[in-house]
Amino acid sequence: MSDFDFSVIVQNWAFLAEGLRYTLQVTVTAMIGGILIGTVLALMRLSSITPLQWFAAGYVNIFRSVPLVQVILAFYLILPLVLQMITGKQIPIGAANSAYFTFTIFEAAYYSEIMRSGIQSVPRGQVGAGYALGFTYGQAMRYVVLPQAFRNMLPVLLTQTIILFQDVSLVYAIGATDFFGAADKITQRDLRPVEMYTTVAVVYFIICFTLSRLVKWLQSHIAIIR
Amino acid sequence: MIEINNVSKWYGSFQVLTDCTTQVSKSEVVVVCGPSGSGKSTLIKCVNALEPFQQGSIVVNGIAVQDPKTDLPKLRAKVGMVFQNFELFPHMTITDNLAIAQIKVLGRSRDEAVDKGLKLLDRVGLKAQAAKFPGQLSGGQQQRVAIARALAMDPICMLFDEPTSALDPEMINEVLDVMVQLAHEGMTMMCVTHEMGFARKVANRVIFMDRGAIVEDAAKEDFFGQPRSERAQAFLAKILNH
Ligand SMILES: Nc1ncnc2c1ncn2[C@@H]1O[C@H](COP(=O)(O)OP(=O)(O)OP(=O)(O)O)[C@@H](O)[C@H]1O
Ligand SMILES: [Mg+2]
Repeated sequence: MSDFDFSVIVQNWAFLAEGLRYTLQVTVTAMIGGILIGTVLALMRLSSITPLQWFAAGYVNIFRSVPLVQVILAFYLILPLVLQMITGKQIPIGAANSAYFTFTIFEAAYYSEIMRSGIQSVPRGQVGAGYALGFTYGQAMRYVVLPQAFRNMLPVLLTQTIILFQDVSLVYAIGATDFFGAADKITQRDLRPVEMYTTVAVVYFIICFTLSRLVKWLQSHIAIIR
Repeated sequence: MIEINNVSKWYGSFQVLTDCTTQVSKSEVVVVCGPSGSGKSTLIKCVNALEPFQQGSIVVNGIAVQDPKTDLPKLRAKVGMVFQNFELFPHMTITDNLAIAQIKVLGRSRDEAVDKGLKLLDRVGLKAQAAKFPGQLSGGQQQRVAIARALAMDPICMLFDEPTSALDPEMINEVLDVMVQLAHEGMTMMCVTHEMGFARKVANRVIFMDRGAIVEDAAKEDFFGQPRSERAQAFLAKILNH
């Protein structure tokens, strides 16, 4: 290891940090947006209105059966065309921005399945109790069912977010520079693969490990409240 | 107050309720009993439209429950209901359980709602538990909170679906005491229960159901004196000797 040159990391840290920031931003955006859209999809899937059930089922099944890289590429190509159709103008959104959109839409499919089982984990009598107090469907969901579903599923939602965080590296396919992509670019230029890939691995490990400890903690903590 | 007229209900081809007719007048206490699966829960849930029915009509305080134009949430807010499994909201404190529907449904301010909730909590003897979560209370305590939660909405009548049958024997009385007190205060009540002691003490009428039909609907004295139907006699004998 006498060859290990820390100065490569130090010199390029700003560039790496920029990549890491992008990765985290995409992760957080797709997590929040994905959970929101996913929750709506889950409610549609569990509703008694058949067209809504079909739409939600179709959405989930399509995105879960296509490789993420392909979705990233497809949206990168299609999104500008769609925007142009809507606005009539050419809007250069760029690879980095299109990924926010793609990950949100894609992850919603996975989060919706998690929220669906979360909603189903809430006993039916809870909804009845909400209705009996005069809640509308929306109020029963908002104040009674969804908070419990979300809490029951918090560990699983976080686990999905860890996967999402790692998957953001797939934006290399459209040339956007995430954390991994940043390290990769430096490697190509400075030819220091050992330093770069080690750094990347260590950072990914620290973040993912911390998050999975949090998942463990949540699991035991939630068990107590319930 | 509650008029149930010729109500029939089917689950697919299975008929759960057959031509049920009865009424509960203001300040009356009516106890509904009958063997398991006889349709007691289903009937009482039809009263506040938690269950739909296909035939007949139910009128609560002049409002037709089965009318598609009826604002069901508004109607239900006026009809208190207590369930076998309490159904407190486990993610909220007792205070929030008592306040949330007052705030979101009746539009009361939080202060007003909490104030009212705590008064009722005191009335069921649980003031000290206000900050706890339902999971930290015993079954009997949870059921008393559930009654207080329903009362906080100022209901015009109360529906009980076997409120004590999920409780350990030593907790049954603390819940029944609250219900007896309510009855004495003139609350209109329809109670599915097998607590015949409660029925003897406060009921005006007893309804006996079997296989989805109301077999017997009699004044308390008559019901306990000489039930007319054999099935009610057999049921009474079984439940009283047990
Ligand atoms: N969702 C449902 N679908 C089909 N059948 C049902 C459904 N809910 C209840 N039933 C049936 O309807 C009948 C009446 O049920 P209900 O719960 O009203 O009886 P109950 O008198 O309250 O009995 P218990 O004393 O056990 O509470 C039962 O035979 C039950 O199996
Ligand atoms: Mg029942």
